[in-house]
Amino acid sequence: DLGQITPTELCQRCLSLIKKTKFLNAYITVSEEVALKQAEESEKRYKKGHSLGDLDGIPIAVKDNFSTSGIETTCASNMLKGKVLCTPYNATVVQKLLDQGALLMGKTNLDEFAMGSGSTDGIFGPVKNPWSYSKQYREKRKQNSHSENEDSNWLITGGSSGGSAAAVSAFTCFAALGSDTGGSTRNPAAHFSRHGLIPLVNSMDVPGILTRCVDDAATVLGVLAGHDPKDSTTIQDPVKPFTLPSLTDVSKLCIGIPKEYLTPELSSEVQSLWSKAANLFESEGAKVTEVSLPHTSYSIVCYHVLCTSEVASNMARFDGLEYGHRCDSDVSTEAMYAATRREGFNDVVRGRILSGNFFLLKENYENYFVKAQKVRRDVLLTPTTLSEAVPYTEFIKEDNRTRSAQDDIFTQAVNMAGLPAVSVPVALSSQGLPIGLQFIGRAFCDQQLLIVAKWFEKQVQFPVIQLQELMDDCSSVFENEKLASVSLK
Amino acid sequence: MAAPMLRWCCPGRRFAFARVGCGSCHRRGPPTGSTSNGKRGQSSVAQQPHITAQKPRKGEPEWAAVVGLEIHAQIASNSKLFSGSQVCFAAPPNSLVSFFDASLPGTLPVLNRRCVEAAVMTGLALDCHINRKSLFDRKHYFYADLPAGYQITQQRLPIAVNGSLAYSVYVGRKPSQMVTRTVRVKQIQLEQDSGKSLHDDLRSQTLIDLNRAGIGLLELVLEPDMSCGEEAATAVRELQLILQALGTSQANMADYEIQRQINELENGGEILNETRSFDFKLGCTVPMRDKEGKQDYRFMPEPNLPPLLLYDSGSLPSGADPQQVINIDQLRERLPELPRVTRQRLVQQYGMLPEHSCVLLNEVGLLEFFQNVIKETRAEPKKVTSWVLNTFLGFLKQQNLAVSESPVTPSALAELLDLLDRKAISAPAAKQVFEELWRNEGKTPAQIVAEKKLELLQDPEALEQLCRSTLEAHPDVVMDLKRGNPRAINKLIGLVRKATLGRADPTAIKEVLERQLSS
Repeated sequence: DLGQITPTELCQRCLSLIKKTKFLNAYITVSEEVALKQAEESEKRYKKGHSLGDLDGIPIAVKDNFSTSGIETTCASNMLKGKVLCTPYNATVVQKLLDQGALLMGKTNLDEFAMGSGSTDGIFGPVKNPWSYSKQYREKRKQNSHSENEDSNWLITGGSSGGSAAAVSAFTCFAALGSDTGGSTRNPAAHFSRHGLIPLVNSMDVPGILTRCVDDAATVLGVLAGHDPKDSTTIQDPVKPFTLPSLTDVSKLCIGIPKEYLTPELSSEVQSLWSKAANLFESEGAKVTEVSLPHTSYSIVCYHVLCTSEVASNMARFDGLEYGHRCDSDVSTEAMYAATRREGFNDVVRGRILSGNFFLLKENYENYFVKAQKVRRDVLLTPTTLSEAVPYTEFIKEDNRTRSAQDDIFTQAVNMAGLPAVSVPVALSSQGLPIGLQFIGRAFCDQQLLIVAKWFEKQVQFPVIQLQELMDDCSSVFENEKLASVSLK
Repeated sequence: MAAPMLRWCCPGRRFAFARVGCGSCHRRGPPTGSTSNGKRGQSSVAQQPHITAQKPRKGEPEWAAVVGLEIHAQIASNSKLFSGSQVCFAAPPNSLVSFFDASLPGTLPVLNRRCVEAAVMTGLALDCHINRKSLFDRKHYFYADLPAGYQITQQRLPIAVNGSLAYSVYVGRKPSQMVTRTVRVKQIQLEQDSGKSLHDDLRSQTLIDLNRAGIGLLELVLEPDMSCGEEAATAVRELQLILQALGTSQANMADYEIQRQINELENGGEILNETRSFDFKLGCTVPMRDKEGKQDYRFMPEPNLPPLLLYDSGSLPSGADPQQVINIDQLRERLPELPRVTRQRLVQQYGMLPEHSCVLLNEVGLLEFFQNVIKETRAEPKKVTSWVLNTFLGFLKQQNLAVSESPVTPSALAELLDLLDRKAISAPAAKQVFEELWRNEGKTPAQIVAEKKLELLQDPEALEQLCRSTLEAHPDVVMDLKRGNPRAINKLIGLVRKATLGRADPTAIKEVLERQLSS
C-alpha cells in the first residue's frame, strides 16, 4: 500500500507510464493538459474534503470512438482524422465519468470504426499486447528456445478495444471505456488479464468497461448505469451505485455450460481451464449443468448480417458534407459521396457497409435480416476466446472478416441477446499468456453477475503482469493495481 | 394543391383500371404505400397521387380513373420530431439545426410528444384505428439534404390505420346537387422532413439548408377511391380544413398545382410522375427530383427508438407518470369541432343551405367574419348569410383579396345590416353604402348614409306625391303599362326613385304606384 498520494502525482505517474509504453501504440491522443488540469481541480476538492466519490482523481482512458468535447475523435479512420471532429459534447458515458471527477488521460487506439478483432486495422497502426513484454511470457519463450528478435514477434491485443485494454493493462489508467458489438471489449480483455464487462443494453452496440479487477468494474458500472434522457432506449428506473458483497456460499448458484460452445477450434488449454473452472464451482457446492443453445451455429452468421446492416445504416451519415473528410472532386454530388467514402474508409469498413446494404436490400431482407433477428440459467460460463493472444504475424495471415468470424464466436451471441457479460482472467497458459473465461448473466442482473465474477476472481488469484524490466522505476505503481488500493488526498 | 398525376408503369404502356360497362367491375388500383415516395414541395402540404386515366377508344369499354393520394403535412409543433431544435418559418439558413439534425456521430433521436399527439388526434378525427404499438424504421437513400443518409419513418407498423375521410362533391350543375363521398384512409405515419436544397446553376453548386431537416411530418395515405381530379382536390381540401381545425398542421397549400394538372388532364395531356415544387416567386410549379426507375430504400428497424406505446384509460399502467404516457381517450375528449360538424351546425343554427356552409368553411377566415357579424347585428341570419356570401365575398374575389385583407370590418357590415333591418335605408342604398365602405375612407355606414342622403323617405305623403307626379309626367309609360308591358312598371319605379334621389324603397314605390294606377 502506497500511503496517500495526490491526484496530480498519480496523474503524472500515469502520464509518465504512457510515455514509457508508447511503443505499445495504445493511445491515439494523450490529453496531458486536460488531465493535469482535471487533477488540479480534483486536488482542490480533496483539500476541502468535497471529493465527488470513488472515481474522483482517478485516471481513465476512452476508446477513440466515443465523442469527447474539445478532444478530437478519429475512430482510427481517415474519414475523421485531422478533420478535427471535436464535437462540442461528450458521449454520455464519458460525461458521467468526468462528472465523478475522473481524469481523462487520452483516447485509445482501435480497429477502424471498431470493426475487427485484433486492434490491427486502424490507420494509426496496430496495438501491441503488453504481455509480449512481460517477464512471464519472455521466460517461457526462452525456455522454448525461440531465438528471434524480441520485438518482431509481439502479440496482438485482440479487438477492437485493444488500445483501452493495453492502457489499463500497462497501468496507465485504472479503467478504460471500450465498445462492444460482438466482443470488442471482452475479447481484448481475455487476451489481457483484464476484466471486460458489458452491461445490459438494448442495441448490439454497447459501451464496455475494462478494469484490473471486478470491484473496479462494478464501481465504474455504478457510475455509468442509469437513465439517459438523450437515449430513448435506456430504462427509466432509477439506479443506485452498488458495491459487491463478497460471496461466501455458492451452493445456491446455478451455472450453465453451453455444450455447443465446445467447438473443435477451441484450444486445448482454454478447454482445460474451462473444465477446471466448472469443477471449481461444483466443488464449492454450486449446481453446474450442461445447457443447450441450439442456435449457436447460426448466431455468428446472423450476427454478421445484423451487424453489417446496422453498420451500413449508421455509416450512411459519413458523406463528407457536414463534417469529416470530403474529397476534392466537385463533379457531382454522387461522385463526391463515392470518392469521399472510398478515401475515408478502409476496406474492412467498406466491406461491412457493402454487406450490410446487401442484406438490407428488399429482396434479401426477408431471407437474411428477418431470419437473423429470430435467433437471440443464473449465469452461463463459457470461454471468451478460442485461444490466448497470438502473434501479429500469425494474426494477419487471415483477413479481418475471417478473423472476426472466428474470434467473435463466443461473445457475439451475448450482444444479440442484449445480456450482461464479463470476461475474467483465469490463469496463464503454457506460454505465459492470459486466458480468460466469460460469465453471461440474466437480463437486468448485472450486479449478480459481478458478484459471481468477483467470487471467481478471488478463487483463481490471477497473477499481476510483470513489466518491471521494461519500466525500471515504476515498481511502486504496480501496487496500485486496484482502485481500492489508491488513497487520494 | 397538387393535382392527381398520370402514372405510367413504364413509358408508353398503359395501366388497366376499372372498366365501366362490363359485367363485373373489378377495381384495381395502383399499388399505394411506400413504393412511391412523396417529396415535399415548398408548401407544407404536397401530394403524390396515383392515377391513370385515358380517353376511351372507340368501341372499347370505357376506362374510369382511380386516384389515390399520399399527402405530407408538416406538424405544427414548437420543436422537431426527434430533436429539440425550434420549428420556425423563414429563419436564416442553418440556424435551427441541432447536432442530431446534422447527424453528428453519437447523437440519438428522442421522440417529441406533441408530434405523437398530433398524429393521434388526426387519426381520431379521421376515424382511424390507433395502433397501441407502432414502430420506427430507417429509409435509406443518399441525398445532400438528408444528413444521416436515411429518414426515420414508420413503414412496418404506423401509428394509425383504416380510417375514412368524407367530402362533398357537386354531381350536377346546380349547387344544390351535392353528395357525400368517402375515401378510405389507409394509414397515417410519423416521419422526418428533409432539409432543403437550392440549386445554383450559375456556380454549379447546391446549397443545403437544414432548418427543415427533422421537422415532423404526418404522411397520410388515401386509397384510390376517388375517380377524378376534382374529387381528389375536394378531398384534400377537406383534409386541410380538418388539420387546421385540429391545429395539427397549418396545411397551407399551393392551389396552383391542382388546377394545372386538372387542365392538363382535361386536355388529354400526359403528366410525368415527378415531384414538383411550388416556386413562390415564379408563381408556378417547377420540376424537382426525378424518380427514374424504382429505388430500393433498404428499410431497417430504427435501433435507437423503442416501440411507441399508446394507452387508453383502460390500459393505462397504474402509477404511470402522465408526462411519459399518452392517453388516447384524453386526446379524444380534447378534439375540437370538426368541419363537417361545424357545417351541420351552421345549417341547423342559421337555416342556411349546405352549400353555403361549405363556402363559409372553404374560404380562410370567412367563417369567423360571418360569426362576428352575426354577433353584432340584429338582422336575420339569412340576410347575413346572403350578404356575406354574395356581396362581401363577391367584392373580395373581384379584387383577389383574402378575408384578412378586407377593408370592411365585421362591425361595419353589422352596422350596415342594422340600418337595412330598421328600414332606415333601402336595399339598393345599402349596396351603395357597401361600395363606399369598401373604399375604406374611414367612414361609418351611418356617416355615409348621412353624407349621401340615402335615408329612406319616411314621409308617406311625400312618396304619394312623387308617384303621382311621375305618373302624370310620363303618360306614355303608363300607356305602355296598361298595354301589358311588364317592364314598364320597372321604368316607372326607376323614375320615382330618381325623383326621390334614391331614398325610397323600390318595393314601397311599386306598391304605391300599383295602388295609384289601379284606382
